[in-house]
Amino acid sequence: MKILVAIKPVPNPDEKVKIKGDGSGIVLDNIKMVVNPFCEIAVEEALRIREKQTGEVVIMTIGPKASEQQIRTGLAMGADRAVLVEAGTDLDSLAVGKVLAKVVEGEKPDLVLMGKQSVDDDNNQVGQILAAVLGWPQATFASKIEFAADNRKANVTREVDGGLETIEVTLPAVVTTDLRLNEPRYASLPGIMKAKKKEVKVIPLASLGVDTAPRVRVLSYAPPKQRAGGGRVADVPELVAKLKNEAKVL
Amino acid sequence: MTTEEKILHGGAYLFRDTPPSAVFTPEDFTEEQVALGETTEQFLRNEVLPHVERLENHDFELMVSLLRRFGELGLLMIDAPEEYGGLELSKTTSLVAAEKASMYGGFSTAYAAHSGIGTLPLIYYGTKGQKEKYLGKIITGEWLSAYCLTEPDSGSDALGARTTATLTPDGKHYLLNGTKQFITNGSFADLFTVFAKIDREHFTAFLVERTFPGVKPGAEEKKLGIRGSSTTPLILEDARVPVENVLGEIGKGHKIAFNVLNVGRLKLGACVVGGGKYALAEGVKYANLRKQFGVTIGTFGAIREKVADMVACLFASESVAYRVGGMVDDRLALVPKGIPGYYEVYQNGIEEYSIECAIAKVFCSDVLALVADEVVQIFGGYGYIQEYPAERIYRDERINRIFEGTNEINRMLIPGTLLRRAMKGELPLQEEVMKAIGRLSAPGAEAPAAPFGTEKALLQNLKDAFLVLSGAAAQRFGKKVKDEQETLIALADLAIGVFALESAVLRAEKISASGNASRASLAEAAAKVFAFRTGEEAVSAARRAAFYVGEGNTLQMLLSGIRRATRYDATGLLDAKRRLAAAALEKDRYPL
Ligand SMILES: Cc1cc2nc3c(=O)[nH]c(=O)nc-3n(C[C@H](O)[C@H](O)[C@H](O)COP(=O)(O)OP(=O)(O)OC[C@H]3O[C@@H](n4cnc5c(N)ncnc54)[C@H](O)[C@@H]3O)c2cc1C
Ligand SMILES: Cc1cc2nc3c(=O)[nH]c(=O)nc-3n(C[C@H](O)[C@H](O)[C@H](O)COP(=O)(O)OP(=O)(O)OC[C@H]3O[C@@H](n4cnc5c(N)ncnc54)[C@H](O)[C@@H]3O)c2cc1C
Repeated sequence: MKILVAIKPVPNPDEKVKIKGDGSGIVLDNIKMVVNPFCEIAVEEALRIREKQTGEVVIMTIGPKASEQQIRTGLAMGADRAVLVEAGTDLDSLAVGKVLAKVVEGEKPDLVLMGKQSVDDDNNQVGQILAAVLGWPQATFASKIEFAADNRKANVTREVDGGLETIEVTLPAVVTTDLRLNEPRYASLPGIMKAKKKEVKVIPLASLGVDTAPRVRVLSYAPPKQRAGGGRVADVPELVAKLKNEAKVL
Repeated sequence: MTTEEKILHGGAYLFRDTPPSAVFTPEDFTEEQVALGETTEQFLRNEVLPHVERLENHDFELMVSLLRRFGELGLLMIDAPEEYGGLELSKTTSLVAAEKASMYGGFSTAYAAHSGIGTLPLIYYGTKGQKEKYLGKIITGEWLSAYCLTEPDSGSDALGARTTATLTPDGKHYLLNGTKQFITNGSFADLFTVFAKIDREHFTAFLVERTFPGVKPGAEEKKLGIRGSSTTPLILEDARVPVENVLGEIGKGHKIAFNVLNVGRLKLGACVVGGGKYALAEGVKYANLRKQFGVTIGTFGAIREKVADMVACLFASESVAYRVGGMVDDRLALVPKGIPGYYEVYQNGIEEYSIECAIAKVFCSDVLALVADEVVQIFGGYGYIQEYPAERIYRDERINRIFEGTNEINRMLIPGTLLRRAMKGELPLQEEVMKAIGRLSAPGAEAPAAPFGTEKALLQNLKDAFLVLSGAAAQRFGKKVKDEQETLIALADLAIGVFALESAVLRAEKISASGNASRASLAEAAAKVFAFRTGEEAVSAARRAAFYVGEGNTLQMLLSGIRRATRYDATGLLDAKRRLAAAALEKDRYPL
């Protein structure tokens, strides 16, 4: 099975981020970029499918040249090769979906795997848009993926509010991955050494002829409100009163 | 710059200028080294740190499984040759792994003992047969290893070992008798490199399997720190070791012991850098949370100054460890792989930098001591309580100044080796001393206005002070200077300060030229804070040495020379400290 995995570089979620003075974005100086954790789960799943069957795992990313570093992480985990669509500016979800669709048309995979959302903007849109642009079936929030013997169909278990839902999709399809699908492996040192020899095909964004004009514009960023800090209550009646009158949750 | 031009003789930094481009720094890491560091760090954060309590309570099964998983990730095969399944990567690569594996002292000790002193003797001195038999198992983690040099009555005096080896009448086995002490990984290792004297005379290394008859690990020691690591004696009672398991040449065990220690010391330097960064991060995170007097304690200048000093010292410590790693790598790159006697030439290459390896060991472990102490202080009363991380950090730190050669033994090795090489004519020390006397007695020139001009002027002056005092010591004590330990230690402190300051300044200069303004500003601040500190400490070391070796006029001359040599205009020191502290507190970690 040939699997295309979309990955997105995001600022390391363990780092404290700071918002630019004018609110136009976050300060990325000296912030390490990493593979979006949900995308890492997608890479892992693709590798496990390849290990069970045979086939090829190809990574695709849209981003600046520096995204090659996160691509190498996927290659070090074991992906076979990668495609980088080099783009200078951030694209909105629709543009990303359309650009990825172009890559998919070129590569003709049996399956596209990607994270359900990226931990930077938490949009949760690209997988769905990509499926729509391609006219493919989609299965989002996957926590289990099983294939029919002939690889024409897949059963995908989805995590939905209050439980699980299992759906059948015909391949090729777009599947987005949820947290409990698997636990991604670490890139091993031999894997890291091999990764540098693997092919990363760079495609300039302009050469794809996709209209990437933004439909969504971010107006401003603001940090979450600082917590005011807790207080002590003397007894249960005071607690109940506060929950009623101040927090208004009762 | 070609590799040949970059190569500096061991110890020659004391009288040669080094350009920034000639030193290896973390800014030179390859993409692979960065990726390796990330993998290692992630593994530690996800798989090791959550289980510290179990490991501290001697869950060695867990420790063994973690080491095996490290093996699966390829982290035990960095130094091993490709023909035996290894990766044969650079020393700096193994330093990256050592650093990142050191967030938890118990684990890093077990890892270092296995992958360093436990594996390297086999790699460097093993025969083809021995490597084929053991190396594959060792570098995958299927077997774990240990290194057995110390004995109850011979620690620093390692060659005083009493363990004996006697050939059996049929000539097929040696019978080993004796006790090895403080063996890291002792309770679970499968293969031990044991040093013993054949016929009470010929110091020799042996590869000893745990299951050989007569081999018995003793009881687990109860330790101050690194409790997650296993430390036991190894008791040998007529232990039957096949003659094929003699490692290296009979009677040449001391070469194995000492050469492996050079690398061990360098790796320890990198380990304590990692330990220090972890400790600092815990300290600043706490300082950002703990409120007293209505504000977080991280807003107090008293705390911020501690943070700044820790950052500056860690910057220097990191600069030292990787610089020495780079020196060794540059030198080893000149040894063509596959030549006959490859590892012998290779060993000579490492031995060239025994001074720098000792500096890395002493300096970096002393920095960790400072950091651990200050982190406890930042935690206040909670620093003293086991539920908080500072308490363990403080206990775990202590061993680093004792093993891999105590810091005293390593300090004395520094001027001792220099003087020995000078006497053999390998280093032009006498000539350089004369030049230094000339420079130091001439009226002090203004520090050049070039970038880092004041720091470099201080550096040059400290080098001169070292040379002049060494000359004075040699004159006063002659050949007996090697037994004048108080003086040797004072000289070592100067030599260490010079190397550390030079490493920090050259690295700051490199970062400064890199175009990343915020990093450059921090690196410049770190260089200034560290230069001030080194200058102040050099006054103490140099004056000590002067009073030990000088009398009358000579003493007065030395003292006034020292006064001039240690002048350093640290204008902007307060601002530099505040910048470093702000960056660390903002990022909740070591900011460079
Ligand atoms: C937790 C732990 C793990 C260890 N792991 C290993 C291991 O895996 N393998 C192994 O072989 N060993 C290991 N060791 C042993 C370690 O290397 C020794 O403890 C160390 O070399 C010091 O030797 P010693 O304890 O006998 O102290 P001593 O040599 O008795 O030293 C005591 C003091 O005297 C000083 N001193 C000694 N000689 C001189 C001198 N000539 N001049 C001036 N001062 C001197 C020392 O600096 C020190 O301050 C370990 C030790 C510990 C505590
Ligand atoms: C073993 C033990 C026994 C004890 N016994 C007793 C006892 O019997 N009775 C009792 O009442 N208490 C006792 N204490 C408490 C002890 O006195 C406090 O731990 C100590 O006063 C420090 O307070 P803290 O732990 O809250 O640290 P903090 O006050 O939180 O201090 C943390 C750090 O911030 C620094 N800091 C705090 N405020 C400032 C400031 N304004 N400016 C600059 N720096 C600042 C501190 O110097 C320290 O480095 C004990 C503590 C321990 C660990």
